[in-house]
Amino acid sequence: MRVRRLAAWTALPLAVTLGLVACGSGGDGGSGQRDPNAAVRIEIAEPQHLVPTNTNETSGSQVLSALFSPLVDYDGANKPHEVAAQSVTSSDNTVWTVKLKDGYTFHNGEKVTADNYLDAWNYGAYAPNGQNSSYFFEKIAGYENLQGEKPKAKTLSGLKKVDDLTFTVKLSEPYSEFKSMLGYTAFYPLPKAAFSAPGVLAEGYEQAPIGQGPFRMKGTWQHDAKVEVTRYDAFPGEKPKVGGVEFRIYQQPTAAYADVLSDNLDVIKTIPTENLSTAATDLGDRFQQSPASSLQVLAIPTFQKEFAKPEVRKAISMAIDRDEITKSIFKDSQQPARSFVSPVVAGYRENTIGTAGEFDPAKAKAMYEAAGGPKKIELSYNGDGGHKDWVDATCNQLKANLGVECVGTAEPKFADLLTKVKQKQSVGLFRMGWVMDYPSMENYLGPLYSTNGSSNYYGYSNPEFDKLLAEGAKAPNEEAAIKKYQAAEDLLAEDMPVIPLRFGQNNFGHSTKVRNVEMDLFDRVDLLKIEAVK
Amino acid sequence: MFRFILRRLLQMVLAFFGTTLIVYALMFAGQGDPIQALAGERPVTAAQRAYLTEKYHLDATGVGGFFYRYLDYLKNLLQGDLGQSLTGRQISDVLAAAWPVTVQLALIAMAVTVLFGVTAGVLAGIRRASIFDNSTLVLTLLVLGIPTIVLAPLAQYLLGVKWQLFPPTAGAEPDLYALLLPGIVLGSLSLATALRLTRTSVAENLRADYVRTARSKGLVKRRIVGVHVLRNSLIPVVTFLGVELGNLMSGAIITEGVFNIPGVGFNLFRGIRTEDGPLVVGIVSVLVVVYLVSNLVVDVLYAVLDPRIRYE
Repeated sequence: MRVRRLAAWTALPLAVTLGLVACGSGGDGGSGQRDPNAAVRIEIAEPQHLVPTNTNETSGSQVLSALFSPLVDYDGANKPHEVAAQSVTSSDNTVWTVKLKDGYTFHNGEKVTADNYLDAWNYGAYAPNGQNSSYFFEKIAGYENLQGEKPKAKTLSGLKKVDDLTFTVKLSEPYSEFKSMLGYTAFYPLPKAAFSAPGVLAEGYEQAPIGQGPFRMKGTWQHDAKVEVTRYDAFPGEKPKVGGVEFRIYQQPTAAYADVLSDNLDVIKTIPTENLSTAATDLGDRFQQSPASSLQVLAIPTFQKEFAKPEVRKAISMAIDRDEITKSIFKDSQQPARSFVSPVVAGYRENTIGTAGEFDPAKAKAMYEAAGGPKKIELSYNGDGGHKDWVDATCNQLKANLGVECVGTAEPKFADLLTKVKQKQSVGLFRMGWVMDYPSMENYLGPLYSTNGSSNYYGYSNPEFDKLLAEGAKAPNEEAAIKKYQAAEDLLAEDMPVIPLRFGQNNFGHSTKVRNVEMDLFDRVDLLKIEAVK
Repeated sequence: MFRFILRRLLQMVLAFFGTTLIVYALMFAGQGDPIQALAGERPVTAAQRAYLTEKYHLDATGVGGFFYRYLDYLKNLLQGDLGQSLTGRQISDVLAAAWPVTVQLALIAMAVTVLFGVTAGVLAGIRRASIFDNSTLVLTLLVLGIPTIVLAPLAQYLLGVKWQLFPPTAGAEPDLYALLLPGIVLGSLSLATALRLTRTSVAENLRADYVRTARSKGLVKRRIVGVHVLRNSLIPVVTFLGVELGNLMSGAIITEGVFNIPGVGFNLFRGIRTEDGPLVVGIVSVLVVVYLVSNLVVDVLYAVLDPRIRYE
């Protein structure tokens, strides 16, 4: 998949030089020349916030990715490499030294210094500021002193400025993949102008955020309508190939799709499911797919005794025909999952759940009955997310293959479902989705399955697993860490606290007016690669 | 007449506060976990939860909590402060951005209804059982039978994408032309109703005694229909249109979604989905005012249309 995509992208410039792309499918009227000053139009939903430490949904981080330049970005193998940072190094995985590249300036002319990073991170970690992404700083020493209603401190003790372009980050525990984290939205710097007083964000900053990235704001954020950015000429890093971007806000993907078909919009990031069957004919090779970081699972309340045996859980997994469901219900917009981590992170291995991922009704039934699985299975889901079809299909498979009764129960919202689960009410199996925060195996394992994991709703607890995770964090280098994480994943395969079902995919499309449209690991359009066609 | 209007205006104030109370209570009762609703499926950190709970008094529950929050809301409302939505936007800003475009859309839909619906209705009423009459009846039946959820995407695909007569979506600051298609789609339903209403009413009045009298006095047909019949026939139609104006503004959720118009319907939908009580109450309050005013205008129009109706 990935290899094929890379090959396609390397082939494309070649094809361009050979003049193979000059004749479009008609209707674009373009000469195929790159237009370096055109603005491209990209679909987003209304962002919730445009402050780096407060933005944790794709639309907001898509806009911020234009306005800010990250410390690190990820290469083809999903390994981090420096962008705004000169180097990110550590000898013991506890104290990390971040050196910044010289020459970066904010869009208001301020020079970027270490202070800008410290200010932004301290602001984000300080609990009373109520920032959505404050948990990204929890690995930094002193984080707990910034929590609670009246925190003991206002700044993280682990952050130290060395000189204008260098600062050190001391972690409370060694963590080998800290560098990987730094590519995320939460770690962008903030200019002095963003604060009205030390530690107080200026009113209205997020209406026109000032960053140090390849684009700067054009006007202000026009809520529910659009956010426009234009190329920032003093940007020292890799220059974008377009003059600007208009992030146009859509309420429904179907409307955006209609606009892409008629060249009124350049990129749609998520093609609606109802259009997927025709997207290939509508758009031809302008319809593209790439792996996304999301993972859909069926979570199993392991604290209920009817599901306490791993054999019961494995049998249910075996009785589900993943390939059939992804094909018939999702029209191949998602990929069957047989691992606990996504293919977009380094260390991913195919098919880690082994036999539990093989569709084998006869074996599943025998195993289920031998282990004394319950006669009736309930699958709970949130009714507002379009999950009904696949839940019902899964239920029908369980009925047919295990000979049990099965019902799908819809809760109005995921929040309602979570409330019930947290109160340990019986909801049967329930669906869950996970989108990574930063590209590391640990992010797919720690929050979900460690004993005190923030999203461990099914009561899974395995001391051996916790130990391996802690060892992975302390490992001397990334390779060694990945080894530990893989061992931890193998433990999950034995216990099956959740049943991996499907990996997400970006199903995106573009108009005849752009080319080189690619999605990054965070499901954002890569704004440095996209080109406009005359 | 003046006293009548004044009395109605005073009633409006009461109705306004009554509705805010009821809507606020409904939103309050239906409130699950707005903070989680805002975050979707992502886990909410304790810090974030504490911050929002304190900021919006979400910890005030039960009857006491309800009155505490409702009175707090009213106090701010009387100072002209509609409050903030959960993402920290001023609700007054949201409304200021949403209303103009919805009003434009509703007016276009209204114009389409009056222009085509009422005219065709009169024609069909005069020529009962003609080809024109029968074909409009069949057509309106068809339109009434197709739900907006089908009609809107279909119109968008055929007229916007396939034949490129209109832009497929209108967006936030559309020009008149871009609003035409959604306006027609939105208006088509009320157009069909208005047409059938006008037709029946005209047909009925044509058989009335005063029409026979006018004919025997030798009045020209144009004057009989244009002045005598039409004025009397419009009373039920005007009633319908008055109520419909409010419906067009609040009920455009599907049309606004399909044509990507961030108007009132869309914001109402969003407010309900994210359990944003203040936002819903703010929008509904304004809608209530629209209904009340248009009802008053309808009542006053009665008197203009039919001299027999005069208010004391």
